[in-house]
Order: sequence, then C-alpha cells, then structure tokens
Amino acid sequence: MTLDDTLLPILYMLAAMGFILAIKWLGSPATARRGVVVGEIGMLIAVVATLLRFEVVNYQWILVAFFLGAAVGIPIAYKMPMTAVPQRTAFSHACGALASALIGTAEYYKGLTQGGLTKVVMIALIIETLLGFLTFTASMMAFGKLQEVLAQRPITFKGQNFLNLGVFAVAAGIGVALIVSPEQTVLFPLFAALALLFGVLLIIPIGGADMPTVIALLNSYAGLSAAAMGFVLNNKLLIVAGALDGSSGFILAIIMCRAMNRSFSNVLFGAFGQLQTTAAAAGEAKPVHSASAEEAAQILDSARNVVVIPGYGMAVAQAQHKLKEMFELLTRRGVDVRFAIHPVAGRMPGHMNVLLAEADVPYDKLWEMDDINPEMSNVDVALIIGANDVVNPGAETDPHSAIAGMPIIQAYKARTVMVIKRSMNPGFAGIDNELYYRDNTLMLFGDAKAFLSSIVKELGALAKV
Amino acid sequence: MGTYEFDLWVFMLAAFLGFQLIRGVSPLLHTPLMSLTNAISAITVVGAILLTGEREASTLSRILGFSAVFLAVLNVVSGYLITDRMLKMFKKREPQKK
Repeated sequence: MTLDDTLLPILYMLAAMGFILAIKWLGSPATARRGVVVGEIGMLIAVVATLLRFEVVNYQWILVAFFLGAAVGIPIAYKMPMTAVPQRTAFSHACGALASALIGTAEYYKGLTQGGLTKVVMIALIIETLLGFLTFTASMMAFGKLQEVLAQRPITFKGQNFLNLGVFAVAAGIGVALIVSPEQTVLFPLFAALALLFGVLLIIPIGGADMPTVIALLNSYAGLSAAAMGFVLNNKLLIVAGALDGSSGFILAIIMCRAMNRSFSNVLFGAFGQLQTTAAAAGEAKPVHSASAEEAAQILDSARNVVVIPGYGMAVAQAQHKLKEMFELLTRRGVDVRFAIHPVAGRMPGHMNVLLAEADVPYDKLWEMDDINPEMSNVDVALIIGANDVVNPGAETDPHSAIAGMPIIQAYKARTVMVIKRSMNPGFAGIDNELYYRDNTLMLFGDAKAFLSSIVKELGALAKV
Repeated sequence: MGTYEFDLWVFMLAAFLGFQLIRGVSPLLHTPLMSLTNAISAITVVGAILLTGEREASTLSRILGFSAVFLAVLNVVSGYLITDRMLKMFKKREPQKK
C-alpha cells in the first residue's frame, strides 16, 4: 500500500463533495458566496493531491503553466466589464473544451506507443475529443458573435443542414473506425479537423437571441467532455465534476428552450432569422403614439406602480446605471418599481439580473416572468427597455407568428405601456410587434441610456416643484 | 463489476444529482451558476497535470499537457474570481440613504 492508494481516493472524494456543496449553496443568494469558497477548496484539494501523486515528478512545466494561467486569468477576472460576461463565458467554454481535446489527443498518441487503448478507453476518448474540439470552435464562434467581431445575424444558405449533418456524420464515422482499430493514425488528425469544422458550421446559422440556449448547450458539452476524460483516466472526480457541469448546462438549455417554446433541434437547425424579409413589410404604415421624455417622466411620476422590462437593448446601451437612478428617484417619490426578467432576455441565462445587480438594484425587486404576469393587469406603467419579442402579444394571439406559443411578459395588460426603442425596426425574430400600435402604448424613440437620462432629469425637476 | 461499469454508475448518479441541484438554483443566479460550473469543469487540470508531470512524457505529451494546464488554470482562476465578483453585487436592499 502506498500513500497514493489510501489517501488519494479520499482527497478526490473530498474535492467532489466540495463541488457538490458549491452548486447546492449557489442555489440562493444568501449562501452563494459560501458556495464559491467551498468550490475553491475542492479545487485546491484536487490540484494538491494530483501534484503529490507518485507519477508526477516533473514540476517545472506545470508550475510555469500555473503561473501563466493565473497571470492571464486574474486580470480577466477583475478588469472585465460586466457587460462582457456573455463573451467571457463563451471564451471560457472554448478554453475548457480545448484543454479536454488536447489532453485526449495526447492520451491517444501516448496509448499508441504504451498500449492501453482498449475499446472502452477508445470510446471515451473519441467522445472526449469530439466534444472538446467541436465545443472549442463553436464557443470561439459564439465569442466572435457576442463580441461583434462577427456578424450577430444568422447566416443561412441552401443545403446548410445537409452539409452540417454530413460533416458530423463523417466525423462520427471516422470516430467509430478509430474505436474499432485505433492504430489507423492517419484518421485521427482528419477526425479532429472535422470536429473543429463542425463546431464552426454549427454556430454560423445561430442569431444573437438564440445565444442563451447555445451557450448553455456548449457549457453542457464542455462538461461532458471532462466526464469522458474521467472514463479515459478512470478518475471518478472528473466524472462527477463533468457530470455536474454537463447536467447544469443541459438544464439551463432546456429552460431557455421552454422560455422560447422551441426545441433543441429547432434552435440549432431552425435558422430563425430567415423570416426577417417577409415579416418586416407588414406594419410599416400603421400610426404609433410617441412621447417626449418630459411626458414620460410625468406619467411615471403619477403612477403608483411601474414594471420595467429590460432586454438586450439595455445591455447594448449600457443603460442599467441610468435605470437605477430612475428607480431611486421614483422609489423616493413613493412609486413602487419592479423589474420583470424574461428567461431569455439578453445573451445568456441570467444576463439581465447580473447587469441590474451591478447597477445596485436590490435583487428582491427582480421578478421572474411567471410571478409578475398574474399582477400585470394591476400595473400602471410597463416600461420596456430594449426588449421586443419577449413582450410581443402576437406570441399569444397569432398562431401563425414565428414566435407563436412563446411565453411572454404580458406588458400589454398594463394600463400604460412605454417602449424605449431606437426605431421601428423589428426585433431579432423579425416580427412586427402589435404592442407598438396599441392606443395605450407610447413609443419613446431614442438611445436607451440617453432617453433614461432625460427622464431622470425631468423627474429631478418634478421633485423640486 | 468492471471499472467502466462502476464509472458509468458514478456518472449516472452524479448527473441526476446535478439535475436536482440545478433545479434548485434561482434564475436570478443563472449567470454566476454557469461561471461556477465552468470553473468546476476545469477539473480537467488533473488530467493535464498527470500528462505534463510524467517522467517519460514525450515531447508531444509535454506540449499538449502544458497547454492544457495553462487553459484549465486560466478557467479555474478567472471562473471562481468572476463568480465571486458577480455574487458580491447581488444585494437584497441597499443601506438606507438618509
């Protein structure tokens, strides 16, 4: 019995317990920070235990990589603006997936010379590298779209799904061939290249508003890749941590899909943006009511309760801090202000909550869609900022709408609806929003941040009278 | 029971545990949740260390392992720190201003 046999499994088990508790405590804001600490302790135990294993003798490269990883990671963590959270998340999925893929590749070539590539190991290894490589390029593409290095618009072409599925089928076929006879070394680079290509192809037709689902799905893949590595290395800690990450991403993706009333395959292969050309022409000529900042401020000031519905437009305009100022002023004037958050508002799950928390909006003022909807008919003013499809009543009334059946925040039930919007251009789904033409709707045209500033100024003036 | 069978059981149970735990997470915290699980899945650093630190490792193993340690540590460090930075912002009600 060596130290490794007795102590190591216990240390790894402690690390796994740390991860499980971390997610458990993250469940509520009161215990969440404790969750991070216990997760860190788990990771520390796992790393130290691994460094002490008798196979690990060569430390210099490991330490250099530790140093470099920390040197890049720490500045990212502290300098990154909160509006860049979706990009950072996509980037970290890319890093994690690439790490898995590289380890899988190394294990494969090591196994060729040293043996050990049994069927089971090869199956796990192929899954690990397939998911790793495709998640790497897919996440980098998602990163590019979120960072707006690439166009956010979905790009579609004829035969796209056929091509995508074809590439995937060939990659999977080569994977099976490698499982059957691992010594066909020519195939491995080809396999890796196809997996990388598939990742790129997968994201090309994805538009910005589908990002929450896609990011969650990529999160899941990165986790499953890590779990597959656990099978290759016969390491339970990797299996547990990978399974936790895999199921987490998967559940989030399901929640996002439900919030859009769409299926996975529809998100991945449905190419939502195609509808843009046909739908946009429909409502151009219809008249809308618009209002100035002064009028808007007066309406808000005389309301008893206001529900603010933010969307991606708020994030783009970085309007959350101005929104907080408005919230403060109105609250001080006795107006009850709440925020209603649709699950797919923004570019990743929980995006709006983080931005509003950053602006110091207390989180008990943030309401979920299902909780706010029954109360919407008692609301004086619904103020929509940079959201469109998630408040489109067409989802409930028009069975032919592209978003038919999607659960929405029922802003139309409020006595007055105000919409801050740059122009009358339709939103991501390319669907005209009948909400804008209603008699109780006021359009506030302008940049969200600039318009909110004017409202805040007007409210300030009202307060002095 | 073969080791892979045992591993499959572990995977299945951990996945179910994951489903149950994630369901309990408020949508309020979905973004921090994603960055935390991302940091946790950087546990691949264990595989990377084993590969890089081996006495007899080939140059290829060393290079790939080194890159993987770098990428995983990057995720561990930035993942935990950002999660904590985000969670610090979630406050119930701010101190009353006079």
